[in-house]
Amino acid sequence: MNAFVTIIHRDLLLVMRRKSEVLTALFFFVVVTSLFPLGIGADAALLRKIAPGVLWVAALLSTLLGLQRMFAADYADGALEQLILTPQSLVLLVSGKVAAHWLVSGLPLVILAPIIGIQFDLDASSLYVLMASLLLGTPVLSLLGSIGAALTLGVRGGSVLMSLLIMPLYIPVLIFGAGAVYANSVGLDITGHFSLLGALLILALAFVPWVSAAALKIAIE
Amino acid sequence: MSKVNNFSTTNSHWINWFKWSSPSTFYPVAGKLIPVFWILTAIFGIAGLWVSFFVAPVDAVQGQGYRIIFVHVPVSWMSMLIYLVMAAWAGIGLIFNTRLSSMMAQALAPIGAWMAFLSLWTGAFWGKPMWGTWWVWDARLTSELILLFLYLGFIALQASIENPRRADKAGAILALVGAVNVPIIYFSVKWWNTLHQGASVSLTKAPAMAQTMLWGMLLMVLCFWMYTIAVSLMRVRTLILEREAHSDWVRQLNEVKQ
Amino acid sequence: MWNSPSEFFVMGGYALYVWSSFGACAVVLLLEPFVIRMRHKAVIRRLKQQVLAERFDKESRE
Repeated sequence: MNAFVTIIHRDLLLVMRRKSEVLTALFFFVVVTSLFPLGIGADAALLRKIAPGVLWVAALLSTLLGLQRMFAADYADGALEQLILTPQSLVLLVSGKVAAHWLVSGLPLVILAPIIGIQFDLDASSLYVLMASLLLGTPVLSLLGSIGAALTLGVRGGSVLMSLLIMPLYIPVLIFGAGAVYANSVGLDITGHFSLLGALLILALAFVPWVSAAALKIAIE
Repeated sequence: MSKVNNFSTTNSHWINWFKWSSPSTFYPVAGKLIPVFWILTAIFGIAGLWVSFFVAPVDAVQGQGYRIIFVHVPVSWMSMLIYLVMAAWAGIGLIFNTRLSSMMAQALAPIGAWMAFLSLWTGAFWGKPMWGTWWVWDARLTSELILLFLYLGFIALQASIENPRRADKAGAILALVGAVNVPIIYFSVKWWNTLHQGASVSLTKAPAMAQTMLWGMLLMVLCFWMYTIAVSLMRVRTLILEREAHSDWVRQLNEVKQ
Repeated sequence: MWNSPSEFFVMGGYALYVWSSFGACAVVLLLEPFVIRMRHKAVIRRLKQQVLAERFDKESRE
């Protein structure tokens, strides 16, 4: 448990020294969401309808932008190899890195999203559902993203490749997350969506760190 | 070099399996098997096409256009079957550290991707006359599109990693993760489809099947299956030569020595 | 079933769709083995060159 906290602390420290990386990903989220009204038109009813999808897709893309950061820097300077060689379980260390990643890229999205949601004329209950869906969904995005980041470590053109590899895996999260907000806006029941989001989160928490650890070992050897 | 592997004097199953997992033993065996599968492909293909065009009757609702199912269904099933088999071989290669298993997975990927593409193509050409649009976001077609993405991702990942063994193992993880996710993705896409009240007709609601139609589909599926095996054996042989280029037995091959 | 060859090709009006489907499948599935064969031949050619080169090296060293 101590190792878990230490890793989070270390990664957060490193991120704080280079805040720009994190901020650009969040800035990207804001900019991309603004592009849609500019491209489609400012009709409030239409914007309200597309808001769940647009916001969720933008959150996805913003997460993808920040994923390289998870392992690449440590891989480049050899720290990752050292981390793997420590007696601590690699699964625990990977979980720590994923948690640190979520804290700086997923959690801010949860906080930013309602502000952007207002731009899309979403009502209060939709904003709450949006935040809740992102709260459950963004950890899954960070988790699944860690698999892609580990598989493409050190590969030329890795970040684009990683995005392509992970996107199919993101689709269920996107469907249930955006679907929850949409369902709520038309008065349908959302418990199903949230149960499924929760199930995805639990499954991801249980299996993904182990898979990413295996992928890291393959990348390093 | 291949003689060394014939020391399986015990009755142990393990030794026998690992003998076949040696590229040098497998290469000539595959070479002999390929013509067999081509013949089977031709037999099932001719029979299947015959039934598809000359035995199966006209459909009451869809007219002659429904005959597209005789290629659409086979390529769709094959695209899914090949993915599972590919993931299985990749997984075996990962667990048992056998190069040949990973090469088999690598050999299956391109034909699988083509099957997925053809499924989308034939699906579009079936959808246009039946439902008026080239594309419908129904659960089956959308899942097939995602399956194509999974195939392309696998191929792209293996192509970008230079070290072949690392490429094998990374690809295996990706393929296995993909295989586990396919049911989840399919379920979520079905959910999404019903939520957004998509097209009420879907390609899963095939016309009521006459016996002959089922026979036609079955024969065509078998044809495409035999074809897949033939083509994958061809491709794996080429892969073996490329990856084992430095070994003695390759240098000793008749086709190389002349 | 078909009263004439032209009826067969017209496919009850669905000719474009049926033949595009079967045609695409035929094109892809027939080309694939050829592409693989070409790649196989290229590998063999490269291997032959390597074997020759090694033989030259050996002979020139003797």
